[in-house]
Parts: sequence; C-alpha cells; structure tokens
Amino acid sequence: MSNEWPLWEVFIRGQHGMSHRHVGSLHAPDAEMAIKNARDVYTRRNEGVSIWVVEAANIAASSPTEKGPLYDPSRSKVYRHPTFFDIPDEVGAM
Amino acid sequence: MSALFEFLLRMGDNTLVLGHRVSEWCGHAPILEEDIALANTALDLIGQTQMWLGLAAEVEGKGRTADDLAYRRDVIDFRNCLLTELPNRDFGHTLMRQFLFDAWHKLMLTRLCDSSDERVAAIAMKALKEVSYHLERSADTVIGLGDGTEESHAKMQSALNRLWPYVGEMFEADSVDDLNAQEGVTVNPSELRADYDRIVYDVMSDATLTIPDSRFAHRGGRDGSRHTEHLGHMLAVMQFLPRAYPDARW
Amino acid sequence: MYAQMIKSEGGKDPSEMTPEEVRFQARIDAGEKIEPKDWMPEGYRKTLIRQIGQHAHSEIVGQLPEGNWITRAPTLERKAILLAKVQDEAGHGLYLYCAAETLGVSRDDLTEQLLSGRMKYSSIFNYPTLTWADVGAVGWLVDGAAIMNQVPLQRTSYGPYSRAMIRICKEESFHQRQGFDIMMKMAQGTPEQKRMAQDALNRFWYPSLMMFGPSDAESVHSAQNMAWKIKINTNDELRQKFVDQTVPQAEYLGLTVPDPDLKWNEERGHYDFSEPDWTEFFDVLNGNGPCNNERMEARQEAWADGQWVRDGLMAHAAKKRARKMAAE
Repeated sequence: MSNEWPLWEVFIRGQHGMSHRHVGSLHAPDAEMAIKNARDVYTRRNEGVSIWVVEAANIAASSPTEKGPLYDPSRSKVYRHPTFFDIPDEVGAM
Repeated sequence: MSALFEFLLRMGDNTLVLGHRVSEWCGHAPILEEDIALANTALDLIGQTQMWLGLAAEVEGKGRTADDLAYRRDVIDFRNCLLTELPNRDFGHTLMRQFLFDAWHKLMLTRLCDSSDERVAAIAMKALKEVSYHLERSADTVIGLGDGTEESHAKMQSALNRLWPYVGEMFEADSVDDLNAQEGVTVNPSELRADYDRIVYDVMSDATLTIPDSRFAHRGGRDGSRHTEHLGHMLAVMQFLPRAYPDARW
Repeated sequence: MYAQMIKSEGGKDPSEMTPEEVRFQARIDAGEKIEPKDWMPEGYRKTLIRQIGQHAHSEIVGQLPEGNWITRAPTLERKAILLAKVQDEAGHGLYLYCAAETLGVSRDDLTEQLLSGRMKYSSIFNYPTLTWADVGAVGWLVDGAAIMNQVPLQRTSYGPYSRAMIRICKEESFHQRQGFDIMMKMAQGTPEQKRMAQDALNRFWYPSLMMFGPSDAESVHSAQNMAWKIKINTNDELRQKFVDQTVPQAEYLGLTVPDPDLKWNEERGHYDFSEPDWTEFFDVLNGNGPCNNERMEARQEAWADGQWVRDGLMAHAAKKRARKMAAE
C-alpha cells in the first residue's frame, strides 16, 4: 500500500496586499506541516506574508469542455472594461 | 581573554558547529520538503555565526575576522556546548538534538534581547525570529515521530536517552557567566532551566516519550576544557581549505 | 541536457492523426498552453512524464556533486551561498515532480523508477568534484549549459511544466554567477588556485558539451517533441550557443579551453570546436561513469533510511485526525 504524503496546493499572499496566488504544490502529512513546508519551500526569497494550503484532492475544478459556456459570455460584455469608454484627453487622468 | 569575547564565542561556536552538522544533511534527507527545511535552518545558523563571531572579532580587537575565528582555531579553543558537536547519526537524533538546543536557544535569545550591550541585543533580536521558527518545527517533528509508528517512537526514545546527558551543560554557569551577568550583558544560564524543563516536558508528553530521570551532565564544551572526539573530525573537514592554502583568498 | 535523449512516444504523420489529435496539434501550433485536464494524446503525456521526471531526477542527483563541498566551503559566506544553491536544486526538483504529478504519476512512483535504474538523470552528475574549483566550474559550465535549455523551455506547451521552468529560471539567475565568481577568485589567486581552476575546466569542458546530447538533427524523436513544443531547439543549436558564450568567458579568466581545434569561424560567425567522445557519453549513460554507483547509492540510502520518518509523520497525522474526529 502506498503511504505517500498527500499533495497540497499552496497559495501565497505577497508583500503588496494582493490576493493569495497559487504558487505551486508540495507533499505533507497534514495541514499544519503543509503550511510549514510551504514556508520553507515557497518563501525562500521573502515572497510572502500569508500562506493558504488546500489538499489537492479537495479542489473542485471546472472542466475544460465547459470552457465555452463558462467564459465566452463575459467576452461580449466589453463595457465592463475601462477602455470601452472614450474620455477626451483634456479631461485628464480618470 | 575578556568575558565578553568568551561569551560571544560560546554563542557563535554553538551556531557554527550546529549549522555545520545540519548542513551535512543537504541532499540526503528523508524527503525533499525536509531537505529544504533543514537547509533553511542551517542557513539561519550560519548567518547567526557570521554575526556572533564578527562581533567577537571586533571585541577582541586583534584584526581577526569571523572567518579567522571559524577556520583557524583548533579544538581546544572552541566554546560550543557538547550537544551541538555530536554527530547526526539518524534523522531522529538530528531532530532531537535540534529540539533540545532550539528550546535553550530561544530562551537565551529572548533574554539577550534586553542585553545592556546594544550590539548583543541587536543580534539576539534578529536571531530570535529565526530560532522561534526552528523550535516550532523541531518540536512538531519530535512530537510527530514520537507519536508516530512503533518504530519511529522507539528511535526517538533512544535519541532522547542518548542526548539527554548533554542537556545539563547548557545551563551551567562559570565565572565568565557571572561576570557577564553582573554587567547585564547576558543572564546566568541556570535561570533558564525551569522554563526549559516546562517546554521539554510538554513536548515530550505530546510525543509520548519519557524523559530520563538522571540529571547527569557531560561537560567541557562551553569552557573548552574537554570536547568530544567528534569536533576534531568536523574541524578537519571544515577547515581543510584555509589550512591547506593559508595564503589563498576565496 | 538535464533531460537527455528523450524517446518520443509520438511520431505520427498528420494524415494518420485522429480529429482530436489534429485539433490538439493546432492548439499547440497556435501557441496555446495545454493544461492537466485538457485532452492530450497518450504519447504526449508519456513523453512529458519521461522528460519532466528525468529533469527532476537530475536536479535531485545534481545536489550531490556540489553538496560534496558544502562541509568544506572555505569561508562562512561561501558555505551559505553554496548551501542556498544546492537547496534551490532540491526546490527545483520538487517543482518539477509536482509538474509531473499533474500528468497522473506520483512522486513516489518516479522515485522508485529512478532508484531501480528504470529512469535516467543527466550524465553530467556522474562526474566527481575533486577540488573547490570544481564547485566553480559546475556553476559556471553546468548551470550555464542548463540555462541554455531551460530559458526556451519556459515557452513549452505544457502549462505546469512551463510555469515550473519560469520559476526555476528566475531562481537560477544567481547560480551561474556564483560559479563564475568562484572561478574568477581561483583564476586570479595563487598559482595553486589557478592550477585547480585550469584542471577543473579541463575535466568539465567535454562533459558539459555532452549535456546537450548527441546530434539530433535527423532524429524522429526530436522532430515529434519539437512539434509538441516540449523541445524547443536542436541539441547542436544549443551546444553551439553554449560554446560561443563560454569561450570568451574562459579567455577573460585566462584559462585555456582544452580543445586544440577550437577557433573562431568568421564565415559562420561561430566557434568551430571538437566533438566530445560520444563513447564515453554512452558509457556514462549505461552506468559506467566515474560516480554512477556513488550517486545511486546516496539516493537509495537517503530514501531507505528516510522510510521510517515518512511513515512516522504520516501515522501521527492519522492519529491526530482520529483524535479530532472522536472529540467532535
């Protein structure tokens, strides 16, 4: 029987107030050790101030075949992007 | 030799020798995650060595550097406690040794943050952050392996039995300590023992390990009066290049 | 390279491809990234496991020759730098194993295959590091050669592999420099140090050229892997680029590249150089390099000796979970 430590996905929030971002994975026997391992593996260069870990088996992911229905509809809502609006130069930065 | 210089050697030689021992694991640990974590601990300890021995060299005022102190002294001039120079043996011994040292180290550094010597306090403050993490990690691992399988439990108990006689030395005080304590540079190490025993008791309970009854303590490292045979072999390896090529710069 | 001579599992003519395979190839041609849950040909998956696995193994075994000098580094700073570098290699192995795991193989599986000799690692790590100059030469030449391959691989078609390579390239940027820095100190040092530097170059020059693998301009495996964008350049292109970059650096150091036929070819705009001894390369690959036994033994020992630790921590985690459940 395989006794391999489970795989965890690691998310780190960097110095500048951004959201947690997926940085990679690692193995650990439990969540506490996964956080410690993440600290040792993924913040060797001062990269983070906060760590989340999620056991990889517990991540629910969208299926690639649903790509069309999931993401295409937002493509037509161009007014959600600032570049949709023409603001005259003389108005200044907005 | 001034009491301050002697004290700085004791701090710096502890981190130098233990950092060296931990670095011997690089590439050989039980799993990649542990390999990387051990290297981080070793890197912290080497960094602390540079600070302690750097200050020691400055205090001595004879133009020596931290590297001179690390690479050009022989066994009888080293001031690390015996615990740190004991060989790695297996991963269990390594982590037990680490925990027994980390618990002392953290208590000591905490007190040194209030040292009357600002240079000592500054080093202690930086090192304390690193060592607090070392202690968390080594304590977790000792608990995990003690409370793991029958085999891992047995190995950890034997590591504790083997290493326990080397704990007492860390709390012994001599005239150097008295002098430094009077100046407010450091504390008398014996003052740390009660807190230490509480930490060790809690961790060993969680680890389901039995602390040996005996308070017998090997001594001779921190005053350099009688090191183990292991230190000389370590220095033969560590100091090989500067000794073989004394005129070279690296 | 860190992944040498990857046998491809594909090699189909476009006329024989299924519609799915045609669509898959079109995505790659359009520069799209393939992600773990996307459909992919079985050959692509298998070839990638082989390549990423070999790359990961090379990082792990690659810790050993440089690790050989961590305890003998001549100053505290050199010790810290070397330890940080060898630690990075463990990290890079870890990232790559994780990338391989997204293809449905476990790290333990890959490890077992390495330890039983069914999977390979780069030939270069079967050479010994004999003096401190070798640590410099490994950083300068071996990391230099590896970077040649890894930089283009950031654009590889498989998303997790590409992301691992991006992280690795970012972290590795100091590795080659630290090697060259050691070489500079040695080459400008005492006569003994200079002798060690030249000796290190003598011993590592041809093995570094071998890292790129034999010429593969005619290889069908390489053609398929290039079509899949899991290989970006031919071995000869990378080798030439490496020689062109390295020779002036050796001249700067005042060291002699051990190749009497090395000379600048004005017409080609490249250096002409001698081929390494490919018999030696295949000997090393087949287990007869100077350190094959030592490297494998070191990894086998670490894995076997670590079993009780891995099992112990796992058992503790299970007990902790059970206690928590019982308390709830």
